[in-house]
Amino acid sequence: MRSSGAFNSGGGGGSRRGTDWHDIGSLAPPLEKGAIVDGFLLEKRLHQGGMASMWRVSRVDAEGNPAPVADEPPLIMKVPRIKGGEDPATIVGYEVEQMIMPALTGQHVPRYVARGDFTRQPFIVMEHIAGDTLRPRLAEAPLALDEVVEIGIRVATALHDLHRQHVVHLDIKPSNIMFRPDGAAVLVDYGLSRHEHLPDLLEEEFSLPMGTGPYMSPEQVQFIRNDPRSDLFALGVMLYHLTTGERPFGAPSSVRGLRKRLWIDPIPPRALRPDCPPWLQEVILKCLEVQPDKRYQTAAQLALDLQEPGQIVLTRRAEKMVRSSQWTRLKRWFFALGAEPQETAPSATEVLNRSSIVMAAVDVDNAAPELLDQLRETVRRIVLTEPGARLACVSVMRIARIGNDALTDHQGKSLHVKQLVGLKHWARPISKALNLEDGRLTFHVLEAPDPADALVDFARRNQVDHIVMGARGNSLLRRYLGSVSSTVVAESLCTVTVVRASAPNNSEAGDAARQPAPDSPGDSAPS
Amino acid sequence: MTKIAVVTDLHANREAVEAVFAHARAQGATEWAFLGDFVGYGADPAWVVDQVREMVDAGAAAVCGNHDEAAVIGSTPQMRAEARAVIDWTRAQLDPGQLDFLAALPFQVQREDRLYVHANAFAPSQWEYVQGRADAVRSIHATTCHYTFCGHVHEPRLYHLGATGKAGDFTPTPEVPIPLPGYRQWLVIPGSAGQPRDGNPAACYAMFEPGAQRVTYHRVPYDHESAAAKIRAAGLPDRLAARLAEGI
Repeated sequence: MRSSGAFNSGGGGGSRRGTDWHDIGSLAPPLEKGAIVDGFLLEKRLHQGGMASMWRVSRVDAEGNPAPVADEPPLIMKVPRIKGGEDPATIVGYEVEQMIMPALTGQHVPRYVARGDFTRQPFIVMEHIAGDTLRPRLAEAPLALDEVVEIGIRVATALHDLHRQHVVHLDIKPSNIMFRPDGAAVLVDYGLSRHEHLPDLLEEEFSLPMGTGPYMSPEQVQFIRNDPRSDLFALGVMLYHLTTGERPFGAPSSVRGLRKRLWIDPIPPRALRPDCPPWLQEVILKCLEVQPDKRYQTAAQLALDLQEPGQIVLTRRAEKMVRSSQWTRLKRWFFALGAEPQETAPSATEVLNRSSIVMAAVDVDNAAPELLDQLRETVRRIVLTEPGARLACVSVMRIARIGNDALTDHQGKSLHVKQLVGLKHWARPISKALNLEDGRLTFHVLEAPDPADALVDFARRNQVDHIVMGARGNSLLRRYLGSVSSTVVAESLCTVTVVRASAPNNSEAGDAARQPAPDSPGDSAPS
Repeated sequence: MTKIAVVTDLHANREAVEAVFAHARAQGATEWAFLGDFVGYGADPAWVVDQVREMVDAGAAAVCGNHDEAAVIGSTPQMRAEARAVIDWTRAQLDPGQLDFLAALPFQVQREDRLYVHANAFAPSQWEYVQGRADAVRSIHATTCHYTFCGHVHEPRLYHLGATGKAGDFTPTPEVPIPLPGYRQWLVIPGSAGQPRDGNPAACYAMFEPGAQRVTYHRVPYDHESAAAKIRAAGLPDRLAARLAEGI
């Protein structure tokens, strides 16, 4: 697409040397309010940064009259500041953003609208996300713990969505995080990002690590640019800062300073903030592990933990009150000397594929024993073949739609506990056989009037990759109650495996169908 | 919207070429460019040449490959026995009209901002391979076009040279559209349609959209068993048949 701006490009332009791609942007005069670029009217400069300026823009027709497009959000134009056409950081960063943004979709990224030709007037027009970034909140850190956790959940959810689109952000920090009115986090600025299926224009460009000093992961310091777990490290830095008011690794400006994070671990958050619960420290320090393999493997797994703190398995990380000893650091320093990261870091797809969240929906109270066995065996096989998978065992405790439930609180609690006990008992052979340590196995009893809705909602909220559940065996029951599994299959966004207990032969299954319905089918939960 | 199907190294593989043509038509190809090596290795040289000739008559771009040149000139004593056998067999399959068509093919064709060559842009008739970034930069420096398309190398690849003089290379993921903004120079190697060698037996081609400035590398599965059976039936070296199944 050639840009055909109505702005004056005649005067003040640089002379052309060689072919035009060497003279990027040098023909464009500085932009001013009221200028029209490629059909966009520059209304107001919202921000002038070192790398780019931001303009609020609107669409106009050839005569300059407003020409809004239906259903289009308010627009913003990002114009890179090119210093003399030989500024690799800005040029390539802009190229990268221009390449990656059109490939992104969903509520966690600003919607891409248009871009300008670099040889005339480089720009990107995108959805204007109203409000401020998270950056000003840093000044208020430490924040309330609830808020830190909420921010963590939202940003992790957004990150997982990005990673699923094969993109690693690589510059996660408060100034690149915004929120929609409904609270959903929006990640902005893709100038340093890496798309797994597109050429990495930055790969060969610079001899210095790329990123923002305080947030850069150890592997980024070592020039790895395709590991989605780098973003989880940066999120860990952010959560640490918001929790304690301090930066875990300071704000180094030299490569030597950056490399220190390879062997010096941060002061444990609880030493700086006594009311930081051990589980939150566990989460933050896990994000800040030097080895990506020791961190959360996906943002979804991190979000799941933050939403279910009671399920977090506490390790030595949670108990630490001081930094590692000099001796430990010395050892780490020694091994970090000249250490090169693994030759082939796993791609976003690989990491996500091997670190899925599997959800077993188990109707512990009502399903037939054969079905429960079959379900367990199926789940075992799935988890066995995916060594990085997490297993969330879920059952639904039905409650009445309206508040005046017959159950007293006490009764409700004991039923809840009973289901939880049943669920854990059901999963015991799996956890024993597969040695599911380190928080890979969690249990959830959902209280909801509609089991199918509850299961679909849980899967969506926790970005579950695969639901495994039983089919209601009795066809008469199914006829009266509808099938929970078919609703889940129809409505969930992920893979669903529906398990049936193998019947000895067809005639017996037919007999079962003719049996009268049990007395109180209304109590049945998912099967 | 112009959509240019760029097909190279067809190598007399009728089954692969048919599959690629059908796929590209379904994708809405409006133009065609052929980067040479229409013959050699496969059992259907005459059919492939006829198809390409027909499409060139209708406006497609086509350049000469080293196998096409060899079929025109004939084998020489310096060649390995296997190559000599293939060339002699191929030449015998082609009628004078088909040989004339191959003999008349240019070594490069430029259309707007696009350069089509078989091997490289720095010496299109010398058949040097683009095997890495240094070769790619040499080729890109030899043209003012922002988009060069070449074959000869059978593995799909994408090279680029930016404003800062830094070159990069990329192994494309099939079926993912890749933006190729015009302020960079790009060298697109679609990969071989008739004899893929990257371990994937599916036929390669690339679809370039000049308006949207993007390219999509495609892989098209085809009946390589029939293609291999014909190679064996023609008495050509068994190795040429066997490799199609593995894409090596």
